[in-house]
Amino acid sequence: MNTVISYKPLYAVLVSLIGAFFILFTNEKKQNLREAWTFIAAFIKFGIVVSMLPVILQGKVIKLTLLELAPGLSLMFKIDFFGLIFGLVASGLWIVTSLYSIGYMRGLKEHAQNRYFFAFALCLSATMGIAFSGNLLTFYLFYEMLTIATYPLVTHNEDEEAVKAGRKYLTYTLTAGVLILFAIGATYIYAGTLEFTPGGFLKGHNIPIGLLQVLLVAFLVGCGVKAGVMPFHAWLPSAMVAPTPVSALLHAVAVVKAGVFGCVRIIAYVFGPVLLKDIHMWLIVAYFVSFTIIVSSLFALASDNLKRRLAFSTISQLSYIILGAALLSKASLTGSILHIPNHAYMKITLFFCAGAIFVKTGKRNISELDGIGLQMPFTMGAFTLASFGMVGIPPLCGFISKWYLCLGTLQAHEIFFLFVLLTSAVLNAAYFFPIVYAAFFRKPAEATTGMAEASIPLVVPLSITVVMAIIFGIFPNFFFHFFDLARNAATSILTGM
Amino acid sequence: MMQQAPAFTIVILLLTSFWVPIIGMIKKESAYYLSLIAIFFSFLAACATLYTVITSGPIHYRMGGWPPPWGIEFVVDYLNGGVVVLISLISLLTTISAKKSVEQEIHRSKWPLFWSLYLLLILSLLGMTETGDMFNMYVYLEVSSLTAYGLIAMGERGALLASFNYVILGSVGASFYLLGVGYLYIATGSLNMADLNKILPAIYHSKVIFTAFAFFIVGIGLKMGLFPLHMWLPDAYTHAPSAISTLIAPTMTKVSAYVFFRIILSVFNPQFSWEVIPAATLLRWIAAVGIIYGSIMAIAQKDIKRMLAYSSISQIGYIVLGIALANQMGLIGGALHIFSHAFAKGCLFMIVMAVIYKTGIRNIDDFKGLNKKMPFTMAAFCLAAFSMIGVPPTAGFFSKWYLVLGTVSGRHWFLTAVILMSSLLNAVYFFRIIEKIYFSSFVGLVNGGHGHHEHHEVVAVAEAPLGMLVPILIMAAGILAVGLFNTQIIHLLLQFIVPKGLA
Repeated sequence: MNTVISYKPLYAVLVSLIGAFFILFTNEKKQNLREAWTFIAAFIKFGIVVSMLPVILQGKVIKLTLLELAPGLSLMFKIDFFGLIFGLVASGLWIVTSLYSIGYMRGLKEHAQNRYFFAFALCLSATMGIAFSGNLLTFYLFYEMLTIATYPLVTHNEDEEAVKAGRKYLTYTLTAGVLILFAIGATYIYAGTLEFTPGGFLKGHNIPIGLLQVLLVAFLVGCGVKAGVMPFHAWLPSAMVAPTPVSALLHAVAVVKAGVFGCVRIIAYVFGPVLLKDIHMWLIVAYFVSFTIIVSSLFALASDNLKRRLAFSTISQLSYIILGAALLSKASLTGSILHIPNHAYMKITLFFCAGAIFVKTGKRNISELDGIGLQMPFTMGAFTLASFGMVGIPPLCGFISKWYLCLGTLQAHEIFFLFVLLTSAVLNAAYFFPIVYAAFFRKPAEATTGMAEASIPLVVPLSITVVMAIIFGIFPNFFFHFFDLARNAATSILTGM
Repeated sequence: MMQQAPAFTIVILLLTSFWVPIIGMIKKESAYYLSLIAIFFSFLAACATLYTVITSGPIHYRMGGWPPPWGIEFVVDYLNGGVVVLISLISLLTTISAKKSVEQEIHRSKWPLFWSLYLLLILSLLGMTETGDMFNMYVYLEVSSLTAYGLIAMGERGALLASFNYVILGSVGASFYLLGVGYLYIATGSLNMADLNKILPAIYHSKVIFTAFAFFIVGIGLKMGLFPLHMWLPDAYTHAPSAISTLIAPTMTKVSAYVFFRIILSVFNPQFSWEVIPAATLLRWIAAVGIIYGSIMAIAQKDIKRMLAYSSISQIGYIVLGIALANQMGLIGGALHIFSHAFAKGCLFMIVMAVIYKTGIRNIDDFKGLNKKMPFTMAAFCLAAFSMIGVPPTAGFFSKWYLVLGTVSGRHWFLTAVILMSSLLNAVYFFRIIEKIYFSSFVGLVNGGHGHHEHHEVVAVAEAPLGMLVPILIMAAGILAVGLFNTQIIHLLLQFIVPKGLA
């Protein structure tokens, strides 16, 4: 494997970290200057991440070893196919979300905007660190940083509900962090290394099978909490009290994907397919997340609050990714990894729509949305397309990843999971289409005066993301080469190269 | 000059403490500046000492030129060289930040006396760290206790009782220690630590030695507030003048913890402490109970000083646990925790001192919205709290990391759970405050809205004076520095405490 040493990953992490402090120390009244910092940081970050793409596509790995964090353990960045996908998704969507945030926060005249943008930038730094971390300790460092940096965003409203949601969030995530810490410590003592390796590094260290099982559970529960795997999901619906851009980028992309990313890293880069089968855990994991896939769809069906429904839908979709990884076949891994960007683009669109509706009309519940499609055609149009994508209807990008996931179940000879996926698709349709139907075909309760679309900074981002979702459905390799990256990542995991 | 540095750290404080009350009679304000200068020079001497140790190996300094084992010897090696610099640095920063607080809390007539005792306290802590003689250690131990009694008694209402409580328990502890020294002297005829280390192995199975060892553990354990010998600590920390809580919380217990290391590892040797008698097992359990007990009690407190005091009891448990794990990682974790906890707790107490000075607030419920008033101080509070919880990359995370590795490599799974559990409990009591500071300004006037907060209370920034803020920020930077450069600290100082051949 070719290794390139480059400081780019460090810069990608630092740019928003430094930007965050510029934001914090800008006068709260100079909004434009503050937003300028956000955009400068976001564009530079995105540029850095994209500039690494050609190198990675050649099959090389970018590596950077910095400070020794503990004897024999360094702060290490290592960018491979898988890490880059996550980095691309998060940094790319940050730009769009920033635009959206401005529209949203100014539209609602929110308080403490400095803190908000500051914490947002910190979250992105942490997310980048997670994507690019080369070993478990570095991963943990940024994982905890993300936990802490998200907290002020969850409690942003500072009312009782928000503070309670914040407590719940911390209870879940900090407990999870502690579990991961235990697992990392034990892994280090037994294996002597923590460096992510395609195909896993835990094999061949003569670790008792019982301990391996405990470690896997600790790791997966630890990461699964952020990924909203049931029954550890309860913080996510509560955290929807946060401002919508937070729900959109963090609770649909960065934070929860960090959890999923962690799960896949653990499954494919720490344990590895061979070991996972040896300790008889892969099917257990797969059944476990299948439960989440189905049950959270049912929860989604039952909730009337739009953001809450989206939250449960997120929980369900995230488990697709873990399921794909746990099935350990080439197609399922490809689909699983590809679902990270695909789901991100579609779900962020949906959240953007929910936020736009809220800013414009103050409505949060699905039952209030009758006829809103005529009032806000762009927003609801994007919503419709994105929800088609969630169900898996071509040509939206959701179709491709689901297709590969389904193929993967067949490759793994586990037909049961094919039914899980198909059932879930039906359920997706069941909880999304009524919204679309109500929006376009029901008469509004009160008479409206024609079109009243949300402001430009709200509509532009959601149009961009939905267009991207369509483009990725037709050209999966468009610009970001997500498909190639995902397929190469799956190959490297299975061949151990 | 350089070779006199170890003695200089102490002598300068001793001489100044004598002159402070005298010059203070003429001009009260001069007492502070005189003390500050003395502490500054003591700090420089400490740095010089550590520098010498790092460049040319451990120093054996003979007081008055008398050779050991008859004369008193100062032994400064890598670990205690580091501890000496740590203690004098924190003392210096505390002294800088304490000026206004002392002026506010202590009556003007008592200033010279206060600063004189203050110097003696620092002196005794440095002496305890540096000395290589068991009886000399007792002397410093008593000096530190006596000065602490006096200083604590100068505090608010309730301080006298707290101090009296401490006098009783402290005297009992000191007596235990002294008896232990007596037993050792009877059995070996020596008081020099290095000498004892050579003589003792031959008589390890003697009951006298067992008893002496047990007495030392009790004596020092009481001084460091090790559960269940911690009874004096919460009251003392709570009622002492803020400056004194700030000084003793990060230093006194840490020095005692260092002495604990020294007695277990270099007076007795690890083989005795861990194998001949099952001290390690016993201490592990005591530490584990202490860790959990301290954290739970901290959650139950309303007064912030009291909460921090209970948290100290829990953190002392970490250090003792590190020693008692009796393996490489555990020892390193315990020793590193001396540093990380000193910085974190020092920083927290300085913050509390600044808050009390500025607002008089002590009750945790009153911390509401304090971030608007003291943004920098509260940011430092968060950082220190993160270190206590163990969020990377702060110092507290790394000491916890080594302790976790220590428990895993010793297969003490239960203790792993205790450490992790405790960090969650720490999160409970620190986030409770952080929540108050940052996110509760609107609690109580929930308007059912979604962010249209009309009720912006405009609070003017009233940050702590620079003299307080700068030390706080230095300590906060120290927390990060100890975390990020823990490997260097370990390579430079801590790795030498691990006995050879220990896994």
